[in-house]
Amino acid sequence: MLDFLKPSVAALQDFFILAGRALRNVFRPPHYETDILLQMDIIGVGSLPIVILIGFFTGVVITMQMSRALAQYGAVDQVGPIVAITLVRELGPVLTAVLVAGRNASGIASELGSMKVTEQIDAMRALGTDPIQKLVTPRMIATAVMLPMLTVIADFVGLIGGYAIARLSIGLTTSQYWTSAYRALEYNDITQGLLKPFVFAFIISLVGCFYGLRTTGGTQGVGHATTQAVVVASVWIFVITSLLTRIFVNLH
Amino acid sequence: MENQPSDAILLRFENVTISFDEVVAVNDVSFEMGPGETRVVLGAAGSGKTTLLKAAIGLIRVDSGRVFLLGHDITEMDERQLFDIRSQVGVLFQEGGLFDSNTIAENVAYPLVNGKKHLDAQAVETKVEDALRFVELGQTLDKYPNELSGGMRRRVGIARAVITEPPLVLYDSPTAGLDPITATTIMALIAKERDSINAANLIVTQRYQDGQLMANFRYNRSNGQLEPVSKNGGGDQEGSNPTHTIFMVMKEGSLIFEGTQARLEASTDAYISKFVPQHHN
Repeated sequence: MLDFLKPSVAALQDFFILAGRALRNVFRPPHYETDILLQMDIIGVGSLPIVILIGFFTGVVITMQMSRALAQYGAVDQVGPIVAITLVRELGPVLTAVLVAGRNASGIASELGSMKVTEQIDAMRALGTDPIQKLVTPRMIATAVMLPMLTVIADFVGLIGGYAIARLSIGLTTSQYWTSAYRALEYNDITQGLLKPFVFAFIISLVGCFYGLRTTGGTQGVGHATTQAVVVASVWIFVITSLLTRIFVNLH
Repeated sequence: MENQPSDAILLRFENVTISFDEVVAVNDVSFEMGPGETRVVLGAAGSGKTTLLKAAIGLIRVDSGRVFLLGHDITEMDERQLFDIRSQVGVLFQEGGLFDSNTIAENVAYPLVNGKKHLDAQAVETKVEDALRFVELGQTLDKYPNELSGGMRRRVGIARAVITEPPLVLYDSPTAGLDPITATTIMALIAKERDSINAANLIVTQRYQDGQLMANFRYNRSNGQLEPVSKNGGGDQEGSNPTHTIFMVMKEGSLIFEGTQARLEASTDAYISKFVPQHHN
């Protein structure tokens, strides 16, 4: 009766098996440091320009929209706290994660997918290396380290974008904007602003690896795996952020 | 570890059967090979040759029977332990199996860099250069696999398979898709490798000529030439077999022949004579 659910449940189970192995390998030799550093460069440094660009314009847009809404209550000077809280709590982590998912979950899935369909994964196993240890774990560690950092940068650049508008178009003073923005942030905001990207990092890297490693059916299969990786990773980012936000709002 | 064959046996199949979705790929196959032996597995496409080779290193699990590799029963061994044993065996994949985002030098160095023994960068470099010179590709270190021809990629694959000087090397269709001249070059290299590091070889192929070269030629280390081996008493059914080459023929998953070249050529089986030109009729 519930047969139609079987493939999805089986896939979810395979995903957790992969995640379990990848996590266990973090604590087991051999460690491929070179691969970790290489992935950090690709995922972290490589995503920096786009993250800065999008972060800046997000700050700009929030400030413009909010200043209009706040003007109705004569509270335009409160734009700093609003930009700070929305960015640090939600938009910084989520937008950065979605960008990195688009850039790297796809990259990981297509790279591993191509290796799978050209039997390079089998070759790796035959040469005595664990593909999970060699391919999945370094990508997971690299994303988990780099994504929180990228998020911090996106948050900061977003605040600068907000400042540019507050200063030039709304006419707030520098200290008005920055002092209120800084005061608005509590430890709770910082915690969830850093915990979220850490969790998203596992989603992005593991979903990318998962779809890459189960690629079948040649070049078309690689394309399919790539698309699926981005879509699934993005959806889970939004689902998990809702859950985490709910938890943190309750804690407050 | 009861029922374990002696260390002298490198690879042993005991009544191995493997099937995929009810199609039997390997049917009740048993054989064993010792050090210095060359095994040539002949068979049509889809006869289970490649499956046999993959089962030998546990890439494919057997449905029944047992597989022993380098003295270990790998039939139910978990993947982590298998990685260790596999790294002691050389494998050449059908298309070379090279990592296409790594350079040739990185590909050949892979078993050394990712192996258990830690070698310093200088030692790795020297070994890689030697291995590539051995396959006559000394100039290609910084190229990528897709910049090389099919035959050259196969040679890089051989260099990677033998760089650790393993006691056993498996070749999956080393000459498939190559022109006859390149194919002969590749087989000459495999013979050269065999006689240089004294490895045992399991060669899966569709071409009888590949096996013929392995059985009848030997690499002379002193002059660097491939020479025909002398066969005394050639008319004899068993013949002498100085290269220790044994032929095996697979048909629809079953092992239908196992023996020397002389016996193979004397066979009157219709399937076998499709591969083997009959000399003695």
